[in-house]
Amino acid sequence: MITHYDVIVVGAGHAGCEAALAAARLGANTLMLTLSLDNIALMPCNPAIGGPAKGHLVCEIDALGGEMGLAADAAAIQMRLLNTGKGPAVHALRAQADKNLYQRLMKKTMENQDNLKVKQTVVDRLLVKDQAVIGVETETGDTFMAPNVILATGTYLKGRIVFGKVDYVGGPNGLRSAERLSASLVEAGVKLLRFKTGTPARVDRRTIDFTKMAIQPGDEAGHAFSFLTERRIKEQTPCWLTYTTRETKEIIEANLADSPMFNGSIEGIGPRYCPSIESKIVRFADKEQHQVFVEPEGLDTNEMYIQGMSTSLSAEVQRRFLRTIPGLERVEIMRPGYAIEYDCLDPMQLQPSLEHKSIKGLFSAGQANGTSGYEEAAAQGLMAGINAVQSLRGQEPFILSRSDAYIGVLIDDLVTKGTNEPYRMMTSRAEYRLLLRQDNADLRLTEKGRQLGLVTDERYARFLAKKQLLEETTAALKQYFVGANQEAQEKMAAIGTAPLRTGTSLFDLLRRQDVSYEALAAAFDLPEVPLAVREQLEITAKYEGYIAKQRQAVEKMLRLEEKRLPEDLPYENLSELSQEAREKLAMVRPRSLGQASRISGVTPADVQVLFIYLEQRRRKGGEANVSGDSR
Amino acid sequence: MFAQDTISAIATGMSEGGIGVVRISGPDSLRIGEALFRPRKGAALGSRAHRTAVYGVVWDARGQQAVDEAIAIYMPAPHSYTGEAVVELQCHGSPLALRKVLSLTLQAGARLAEPGEFTLRAFLNGRIDLVQAEAVMNVIQAKSERALRVAVQQQQGGLSAKVKQLAAELRATIVQLEAVIDYPEEDIEELPAAEAMAVASRVAAQIRVLLAGAKDGRVMREGLRTVLVGQPNVGKSTLLNALLEQERAIVSDIPGTTRDTLEEVLTVKGIPLLLVDTAGIRETGDAVEKIGVERSRRQVAQADLIVLLLDGSQALSEEDRALFEQVKDRPLIVVLNKADLASKIDPAVFAGEQQPIPVVRLSAKTGAGLDALTEAIVTLAVGSGGLQAEEGELVGSVRQEGHLQQAEASLASALAAHAAGLPLDCLIIDLRACLESLGKITGDNASDDILAEIFARFCIGK
Repeated sequence: MITHYDVIVVGAGHAGCEAALAAARLGANTLMLTLSLDNIALMPCNPAIGGPAKGHLVCEIDALGGEMGLAADAAAIQMRLLNTGKGPAVHALRAQADKNLYQRLMKKTMENQDNLKVKQTVVDRLLVKDQAVIGVETETGDTFMAPNVILATGTYLKGRIVFGKVDYVGGPNGLRSAERLSASLVEAGVKLLRFKTGTPARVDRRTIDFTKMAIQPGDEAGHAFSFLTERRIKEQTPCWLTYTTRETKEIIEANLADSPMFNGSIEGIGPRYCPSIESKIVRFADKEQHQVFVEPEGLDTNEMYIQGMSTSLSAEVQRRFLRTIPGLERVEIMRPGYAIEYDCLDPMQLQPSLEHKSIKGLFSAGQANGTSGYEEAAAQGLMAGINAVQSLRGQEPFILSRSDAYIGVLIDDLVTKGTNEPYRMMTSRAEYRLLLRQDNADLRLTEKGRQLGLVTDERYARFLAKKQLLEETTAALKQYFVGANQEAQEKMAAIGTAPLRTGTSLFDLLRRQDVSYEALAAAFDLPEVPLAVREQLEITAKYEGYIAKQRQAVEKMLRLEEKRLPEDLPYENLSELSQEAREKLAMVRPRSLGQASRISGVTPADVQVLFIYLEQRRRKGGEANVSGDSR
Repeated sequence: MFAQDTISAIATGMSEGGIGVVRISGPDSLRIGEALFRPRKGAALGSRAHRTAVYGVVWDARGQQAVDEAIAIYMPAPHSYTGEAVVELQCHGSPLALRKVLSLTLQAGARLAEPGEFTLRAFLNGRIDLVQAEAVMNVIQAKSERALRVAVQQQQGGLSAKVKQLAAELRATIVQLEAVIDYPEEDIEELPAAEAMAVASRVAAQIRVLLAGAKDGRVMREGLRTVLVGQPNVGKSTLLNALLEQERAIVSDIPGTTRDTLEEVLTVKGIPLLLVDTAGIRETGDAVEKIGVERSRRQVAQADLIVLLLDGSQALSEEDRALFEQVKDRPLIVVLNKADLASKIDPAVFAGEQQPIPVVRLSAKTGAGLDALTEAIVTLAVGSGGLQAEEGELVGSVRQEGHLQQAEASLASALAAHAAGLPLDCLIIDLRACLESLGKITGDNASDDILAEIFARFCIGK
């Protein structure tokens, strides 16, 4: 049987779901294929969404009309705003999610989405003709044709599970792996890497003594990822904190020889930021104890996730070392931890649109691109879905810059610098962090989402209303002038801030670190405004200097970013470039001078040479599409 | 990067006795030019007829000290080499004075031009035709490579090591702050902002020390500390007077200096010298003489340059040899005086172990050979390349100084922000900017290092 689609998404994890939804919502006839319909949007590792940089990604996905924020809000059983004392740029929302609920919600969304079909099968082959994708072939012999295929294969490409002496071919949680697709990709000219990651054991809640652990409650501030979620305080389910002991360490040390990660039976590259407990004990040998968070996997299950204890030791050793941890003395493992090795694409072969450079119509997203994390995956999925449709419509790819969004930083890092370990988003990777806050994700991206066609009328109307209220309130504060008179000084005293030296506007008063909008509102009888608007007002006023500083840096960067490099530049023949630059540029084929400047080995002189070369081509005028500016 | 800001650089190589041009190009060039240059008489530069030579003086940032006499020319856009508004300052001073002038343009708001950037701008503004484009690209690449070589050479020096150490200290602080931000729930010891700022304040103080001690800057302010040593009666005073005589026009006394040792300031080929005459250095039992000798030792220790004066008409004495041994590892010029008499000393005995020690024969009495001495002084003062120093070398130290100034300014901004109650995410912007500036001196990539160090130092992960 042969059927035709506009876009085929291979995989139904966090990348696959966002990709399929974006494509379908933009009107493309979309097919999503998965190994298991019971495992759509599976969270095979920790039961949490968000945290520093990851929470930022979720808010950005939401502002662009993606699904993860809404689902995470709905499935949250605990919410915490992290980093509250460290400044607005790094405030980060983190939700403990009911995994099962999250999956059910996403499955329902996927199954009811117009233009989207969801099917269970294993994809064996990518069909390519004349360096362009034409479809996929499944193990049942079905052929699905489409000019765009998005690979969101997660850890399932030639997945291999290892712990202790257990060693089998497969995906997480007893799922199958895709065994034949890798070979077909290599045949098509795709370069693959082999990465590994791991997960800890899940244990039975009834066998834990919580009295020996510290409770980790959520907070009551009522934040949410999605702009559309009504902020509300839900009943919060706590997590628990305990520590490893000397005995834990001794047991692990005594059994290192049986650890597949240490005895050489695993060759894939694991992430530095997500080490197994055995790596932690070897690399930080003088650390006496390690934190262990015990987190609920959901409300309807007794499974508890043991964060901090990812391992590939045997089930028996896992049981023994867990039982050395206070509160876990009698613990029963329900699922042992394991390491998983898998194939992924080298992201350096992708364009910033996430389309493969030499195979037209082949997109990839998520762990398939060498990242880790649900949020990183979802962000790429969304972008791949959008760009598959842009390509279908013959439109320019949708690319976010490093100053637009964390999504821009993520993808630019991947395609420009590549990665030699599973890539995790961190706020310290973003150079314009103060501009890329969670609280302004809607202001940064909703308009762009609207232009694409992903932002619904309802969201857009609410967004415009918020924006208008923000502008009006700002203008009102700037116009409200207070003289340094007796009455005003009394109000200053009531607010708890220093007396006025000269007359000032209320907006200037709001710049003071000890003045909030609420305090001003009380003293000067101002209208009440929603939390989101107050937050914006205060942040813009108090951090204006630094925001301006970062804006200036962005402007400089964008000048280079807007200089587009034609795809056919003969870097190999540009003898004025340094040898290293020639090789790197020919490999990366950057989209803009800005991207070129971030490639390691490309010097400022090389960038100038490129610039002159572009100018030279432009003046000769022969070629089309050589003009410098992208807009 | 392109044609938005105002750039400046030394636009000519230096040749002995020649003229050096500092070129300022871009929208702000007239303002910057007028800030440093004051015509001897008449109206400010911008009010003159364009593209005419105006004679005047370049003043330092506070307008307190004349740096050099100069001819200034203002060329409004597009009638200049680059096609932009350009001010050229033709200075006739030393390489050091040129550097000082360049450094002043940067303080006034210009950015140091990248190698070949004037030519690049000229090309982009249509001042250079298409045929020449490839030549322009080659110039840029060649100049950049040369600048890189110079930078690498300069990195061997002590400044780079010191800057690396400061950068490491700052980076360790940033890493600790960033690790807690990105992993708020790991048991990483939280560094209070106040402690981070204490580090910032300490690093800032050390950067200020580096800036104050930067040889060029100090030499321009205080003069190159040149210490004359030699046995009594070998002719030190005569030499001093001869040098002063030669440069009579620009000799001045330093008011208020204690004349324990004789100090004179004179300018040799544009390089200010602080010439110090010492009592001899020799072992002695005499208590009074001992104090004088001690003082001389200190002078020698502080010297930028030592001139060892010997009587060439006498054979080398034991004391002469002892003196030579004491100073031979310092920047040294050996002067054999009384060249009018027959020489009894073979210059070969002063052959240095690491570097050749210049030996000058002169007669302080007749003045013969004085030129050779001043030339040797200039060569040692300006560096191995002497007056023929390549543009890259001339600019290198200005570049470093500029980065140090920026690094210090970033820290000052962080400290002020902290005092005003701003949170960590703002302070880190400044701390990272400081690290970037320091990294430009040592050639390190600040942000990549931070990530690597977070993972190396902290046990982080699920």
